[in-house]
Amino acid sequence: MRVRVLLFAALREAVGEKTLELEVRGSATLADALAQLERQHPAIASHRGKLLIALNEERAPLSTALHDGDELALLPPVSGGSHGAWVGCPRDHKVG
Amino acid sequence: VTIRSQGAPWVDSAPLSLDALLREVAGPEMGGVVTFTGVVRNHARGEAIDHLEYEAFAPMAEKEMRKIVDGVHERWPHVRIAMSHRVGRLAIGEAAVMIAAAAPHRAEAFEACRFAIDRLKATVPIWKKEFAKSGSYWVEENP
Repeated sequence: MRVRVLLFAALREAVGEKTLELEVRGSATLADALAQLERQHPAIASHRGKLLIALNEERAPLSTALHDGDELALLPPVSGGSHGAWVGCPRDHKVG
Repeated sequence: VTIRSQGAPWVDSAPLSLDALLREVAGPEMGGVVTFTGVVRNHARGEAIDHLEYEAFAPMAEKEMRKIVDGVHERWPHVRIAMSHRVGRLAIGEAAVMIAAAAPHRAEAFEACRFAIDRLKATVPIWKKEFAKSGSYWVEENP
């Protein structure tokens, strides 16, 4: 199945794209998609632990299952925020 | 980017209007209105700033701002609050964010306005890029 990935700010510039299309396996979770993205884009890997992941415009834990057509957004930290405010921020996510 | 068909926009590439926000919160029972305006300043980290750019994930920013409004209503049921954030290129002195909070009595209006700007800066997906003489960079940490 296919999901769309939105990139913003520093990450958008580092990757050089505003959106990416990602083909993931049927039972993929957010963590799986992120791992795939990190393999394909070193800039995403280098932001590991700093990003908040939104699924269809809502913060979501990395264990969330994906569905065809889902929209992921990789959100760098905002200027006035502390990491603590980024609920669900995958600081120590395991990439498998 | 303008998302809100009537009233003050949540996120807008056009200059913000405090009047539009004041109209949203006005009411005959409101004895105090507190406003906050965040303005682009000419320095950061000891460097002169030429201008800024703001980038938003607009639909999620709107959702997060609505959550702040809900949070205000939970804490201060009699407060009415409205907010707008600018995106795009901003010059020194231009308003980047505006909030208006109205309450029957001033104490709640002050508290709610402070709460809202602090939450907004921490939770709303809007990013700031500073353009200084030495280069440009996205601001990712709270100084």
